[in-house]
Amino acid sequence: MSAELLSPLPIKRTCPYAPPAEHRRLREEQPIAKVQLPNGRIAWAVTRHEHIRAILSDPRFSSNRRDPGFPSLSHEPPPASDLKPLLLEMDPPEHGQARRAVLGEFTVQRTQALGSRIQQIVDQHIDAMLAGPKPVDLVQAFSLPVPSLVICELLGVPYADHEFFQTRSSALVNQKTPAEEIARAVGELMMYLGRLVADKAQNPTDDLLGRQIAKQRESGGVNYEDLVSMAFLLLLAGHETTANMISLSTLVLLQQPDKLAALQRDPSKTLAAVEELLRYFTIAEHALGRVAKEDVELGGVRIAAGEGVLLLANTANRDPAVFGNADELDLERGSRNHLAFGFGPHQCLGQNLARLELQIVIDTLFRRIPGLRPAVPVDELPFKDETTVYGIREFPVTW
Amino acid sequence: MRVLIDESKCCGAGQCVMIAPRVFDQRDDGIVILLDAAPPTELHAAVREAACVCPGAAIALDEGA
Ligand code: HEM
Repeated sequence: MSAELLSPLPIKRTCPYAPPAEHRRLREEQPIAKVQLPNGRIAWAVTRHEHIRAILSDPRFSSNRRDPGFPSLSHEPPPASDLKPLLLEMDPPEHGQARRAVLGEFTVQRTQALGSRIQQIVDQHIDAMLAGPKPVDLVQAFSLPVPSLVICELLGVPYADHEFFQTRSSALVNQKTPAEEIARAVGELMMYLGRLVADKAQNPTDDLLGRQIAKQRESGGVNYEDLVSMAFLLLLAGHETTANMISLSTLVLLQQPDKLAALQRDPSKTLAAVEELLRYFTIAEHALGRVAKEDVELGGVRIAAGEGVLLLANTANRDPAVFGNADELDLERGSRNHLAFGFGPHQCLGQNLARLELQIVIDTLFRRIPGLRPAVPVDELPFKDETTVYGIREFPVTW
Repeated sequence: MRVLIDESKCCGAGQCVMIAPRVFDQRDDGIVILLDAAPPTELHAAVREAACVCPGAAIALDEGA
């Protein structure tokens, strides 16, 4: 292939609600295309729904994010880490075993049992917003603390430590946090989680960590290190993602008041709306990649062992082969056949929790703050263009 | 329609339980349970959707049965 055909990625968006137009061109003309990454390496960009599903289901592709061929759209080298692989980075058979060990914590039933606590957390943050000054940054006042506190609930972080946990975990994902402060927050959180696991081993509690400890005890011994890294992964995977979806969903619904009004008339439609918002934004697409372990023939190209594939799921989630009027936000579409949570054995473990949080937020926020509106012109909002997970950095709102 | 499940492929995402709770459930460890292997016609569309979105391709349908 000649050099001029290589598109350099990432490409800046021109519309905050849509992937770059160049990605659409790739989907139409070169659905598996060689592209140039910021670090100079070459990888394949995959933009069709069927191909991404195939790759995410194919054990010849690895999730090992520390493999030098694993594609990254950031300029920074991957963090050199001597931590054991996280669930997200494992391949079979280790991945299946590790996932099955925690799967029971994420069943639909267990997730739904968190609903009343999530509702309380949401209501408390709205109370605080209503009692405080305006305008206020929705990201700091609402979008970030709510999912962080839900993870506290899931892990069984005692109430007295919620403030500590919430401020440190928000510092981690705040773009404005200086590097040394991030490092300090990571250190403090890891130390805290280590103490929490040790406490729970002494005084067993009925929550994710407590039950994992009990289960591991039955089958031999408790692996503290694994539990701490699992707790940390849940925080990494479930905090900023959900926060960004809260901010983006709030914005787009405020921008399209007729759609919001239809939802408010009939809350039974919220769950379908959440599904569509997940598809429409597909915020985690830059987190979706794989590296080929063997040569693979797919869609007329040969992906060689060691080469990376970037799975541009936002563009694939607008693939006309799967979705009619795909660039439209159609809150009644109700299709779950999207790739916002990935596909295959790594598909998001927290997906039903994320859905429930978004459902409760949408049903509550606009009802309790009827005059809610952006406090700055929307085209001045700082969107997270250069981060792994798409979102809004700061979203001043008033009412 | 006959529904077949392969527990060994199940990744416990829970999508089938959300889509067709009269046909699929989960054990305490998250693995799928088939509640109704021959679901009534009015549930067929939901079961097809569940099979289509199952991330592990753990649900197979025999549409002839
Ligand atoms: C709207 C919010 C969310 C989005 C868009 C999202 C997206 C994703 C995606 C795309 C993956 C697949 C990564 C891959 O295959 O390489 C994933 C995996 C994962 N997510 Fe989420 N996620 C969200 C919320 C959550 C929450 C709330 C939790 C838990 C508290 C969570 C925990 C996980 C875990 C543990 C994995 C790894 C699963 C595995 O490797 O087997 N996520 N997520």
